[in-house]
Amino acid sequence: MSERGGSTDGRPVLPGRDDEPDRLYTITRGRSRAPENAFDLVTLIVAEREPAPGMQSEHARILRMCGAPTAVVEVAAELALPVSVVKILLGDLLEAGSITARHPRFAPNKAQLPDLDTLKQVLHGLQRL
Amino acid sequence: MDSNGSEAPDTATTPDGAPSPSPSPSPEPATDTRPAHRTPLRRTADNAFKIVVVGGFGVGKTTLVGSVSEIRPLNTEETMTKAGEGIDDPSGAWGKRSTTVAFDFGRITLSASQVLYLFGAPGQERFWFLWDRLFSGALGAVVLVDTRRLADSWYAIDRLEHHGTPFIVARNNFGEPTHTLEQVREALDLPPEVPLVDCDARDRESGKRVLIELVRHLAARAEAEAAGTLVAATATVYEESTP
Repeated sequence: MSERGGSTDGRPVLPGRDDEPDRLYTITRGRSRAPENAFDLVTLIVAEREPAPGMQSEHARILRMCGAPTAVVEVAAELALPVSVVKILLGDLLEAGSITARHPRFAPNKAQLPDLDTLKQVLHGLQRL
Repeated sequence: MDSNGSEAPDTATTPDGAPSPSPSPSPEPATDTRPAHRTPLRRTADNAFKIVVVGGFGVGKTTLVGSVSEIRPLNTEETMTKAGEGIDDPSGAWGKRSTTVAFDFGRITLSASQVLYLFGAPGQERFWFLWDRLFSGALGAVVLVDTRRLADSWYAIDRLEHHGTPFIVARNNFGEPTHTLEQVREALDLPPEVPLVDCDARDRESGKRVLIELVRHLAARAEAEAAGTLVAATATVYEESTP
């Protein structure tokens, strides 16, 4: 990715930090609430079509970025926008059928552990690294 | 906008921008050969997991995430209202009453379909509302501690226990250890069933071992739970699963 990760004083540039709320409202066309349960931080987004001419630039960037599966949190980092703003934009694209979402299959409630098979797969993956 | 989250480069500065009271490992190895541009996941990736790394300022969360991640750690932010769920705040998610919290994350591809995301979560009490959101759906957590500032981790441990999130504790052991792990366990008042390990957050192999230890702990708990004897069996199973 581009210049994120370093500014002149050596501290990472934090996305959206200096954005005025007005700009964020413009990007989301006035909406401030993400569809809270539609996307997890690690839901993987896949573009299902090319950006259309005249499309909002953020939407177009998401579609270009998600040629391969891309987690919501990575989209947010790449666009340098807060996660909640990105979730609103993704909601638009999902509704339009422009993206599909691969949700985490392990979504436990508080008292629930993932099943043993899943954990063994994760363990195996880590041991192979 | 409230920018409480300015702690993201947690090895660099204190919240008010003053230098850290003590030297910390550098956030990234000097020779990071990972590409700076975004590396796509495999097309077959369809299931992502989360593990959260928590700890106080300067303890090396970003370093640990960075040492095991296949991409350079990225930084992003979440905005949310302090009021919490269910309260209608007309100023919305990034209005006057919202708080912005920055966090780091990295990524590990586990298989053709599975990918693991690691999140470095801010440790201070005022971020607890972010934690709950991050931990929602996480496999578990690693509490990274610095023995010079053990008190910084008390709140994190308390919160995880309260939340029911399985966790292990890893001492980031840069420099000469001045305490035994047993002393650390006592100082943290850590229950015997919670694994406590040493690590060097800068070292990839060491970071990997911490994650493996956490997942082993989770597997031991899952096994015990399946056997319906969670309380009695956890400590035993943990010992068996430790190398």
